[in-house]
Amino acid sequence: MILTSFKRIIKTGFVDFWRNGFLSFAAIVVITLALLSVGGLIFAGAFGRTLLKEVKSQVDINVYFSLQAPESLIIAFSNEVKKLPEVSVATYVSRDQALALFKAKWQNNALIMQGLDELGSNPFPASINIKAKEPGQYGGIANYLEKKNPTDDNGTPIIEKINYEENKLIIDRLGRIIPTVEQGGLIVAIILAIVAIIVVFNTIRLITYTARDEISVMKLVGASNVFVRGPLVVSGIIYGVISGVITLVLLAVFAYWSDTAILRLAGVDVAQNFSFAIDVFSSYFTTNLGQLFGIIMGTGVILGGVSSYVAARRYLHV
Amino acid sequence: MIYYDKVSKTYPDETVALTDVSFSVEPKEFVTIVGPSGAGKTTLMKLLIAEDRPTGGTISFESANVHKMNRRDIGKLRRRIGTVFQDYRLIPTKTIYENIAFAMEAAGRTDAEIAADVPHVLELVDIGHKIWNFPKELSGGERQRVAIARAIVTQPDVVIADEPTGNLDPTNTAEIVRILKKINQLGTTVLLTTHNKGVVDTVGGRVITIEKGKVIKDDKNGKYIL
Repeated sequence: MILTSFKRIIKTGFVDFWRNGFLSFAAIVVITLALLSVGGLIFAGAFGRTLLKEVKSQVDINVYFSLQAPESLIIAFSNEVKKLPEVSVATYVSRDQALALFKAKWQNNALIMQGLDELGSNPFPASINIKAKEPGQYGGIANYLEKKNPTDDNGTPIIEKINYEENKLIIDRLGRIIPTVEQGGLIVAIILAIVAIIVVFNTIRLITYTARDEISVMKLVGASNVFVRGPLVVSGIIYGVISGVITLVLLAVFAYWSDTAILRLAGVDVAQNFSFAIDVFSSYFTTNLGQLFGIIMGTGVILGGVSSYVAARRYLHV
Repeated sequence: MIYYDKVSKTYPDETVALTDVSFSVEPKEFVTIVGPSGAGKTTLMKLLIAEDRPTGGTISFESANVHKMNRRDIGKLRRRIGTVFQDYRLIPTKTIYENIAFAMEAAGRTDAEIAADVPHVLELVDIGHKIWNFPKELSGGERQRVAIARAIVTQPDVVIADEPTGNLDPTNTAEIVRILKKINQLGTTVLLTTHNKGVVDTVGGRVITIEKGKVIKDDKNGKYIL
């Protein structure tokens, strides 16, 4: 009996969906737009996060040691720095490595190479390149380094220069901007979601309004609330599923189209420097397909189903 | 079987539809309620199926007070009373077959019963050839016959017909009355409201006359006299 009712409700839901034609189409358009805004927010968030990660990774502190500082002390110090909880990566570059890097970079410039030869000795200090886990932590790390600054046998501090002060401005600003951007994004997302829900709910309410006479007749013939409301909810879920599929297809098309579009807009030169931004959407889409599918389909089904359920309530009091 | 006890109904806009109406209907009776438009006939019917609430008095179906029932029991009550509305109230998005089948589905009948009974009842009201049409493709008389088919297909104990002939020509009117009498002869209690003198005279039987919300005459073998 319950199974029969369930089957009838499902079937009626499909038939109503089909016969409502234009209204079903309108609901799908509206829900698709709502889901696209959700998808757009997810993509914008992914883009923002990738961008921030990239900017964060380009912020760093370089510690330069004096030329006389013994290497053993420097290595010991760099190992100590690596163990700091705030430090994500600390890369030690020895004097020889620094020289090799410089030579590799300028090997085609005879003038510079000649000047280097005339110096006779290696002018490059050893250094540590430090990346913090969070941009806000650079101040603390710089402080630590300055206070710690070990001395060699002659009592000379081995650290000659910390370039934190040079980067301080950008580092501080990023530390403040990034959380603001993240919070702002969340607020925009919430507002957009509320608008989408209201628009979808009102559309479905209008569709239900056109069926109000039918609902009252069904009730007067003795149908239970479940029997009257069930098919409406089924139709609502169908709207959600179809809209979800359309949205996912559109997002996929956008994700892969955007690769070439960004490349064309930015030009190959820029693209090389910002290679992370080129396939941000397509790679996000591919790696998070399961999650995206769940969010978009889930939102669609809930939007359609719950809206229909709530919208029908008003006309059931017969 | 049906008991109206001092029933009054005043609408929110102060219109008095019924004042102290009392009468009862026995099983298998054919009761015609007559009166001019606005006398309160439709209100009487609406109160019986709990589509509206009285402002005073009680309406009972068998031993149960209709307006003290919960939603589930109201559903059961409505499945025991087949209702024919003056404006047909067929579901426009369903075919004739589906309109009838819906009433049976709502009553929890099996698919086999539905497949057997729907064509049968549509033959009974002589509309079997339009079974797959939609209501808008039918004439007024045809729609009213479908409405009757829907009301009787679940074999209810009572059929109430509110001005079923109000929008019909004499030929269709006679046909509807013939069907209602046949239903009654098969053992169903029928409550019919009308303001059509011809209908009253063809039906015969008990006639309750109401005017301005009051019962002014209850005649076992009545004629339409105003």
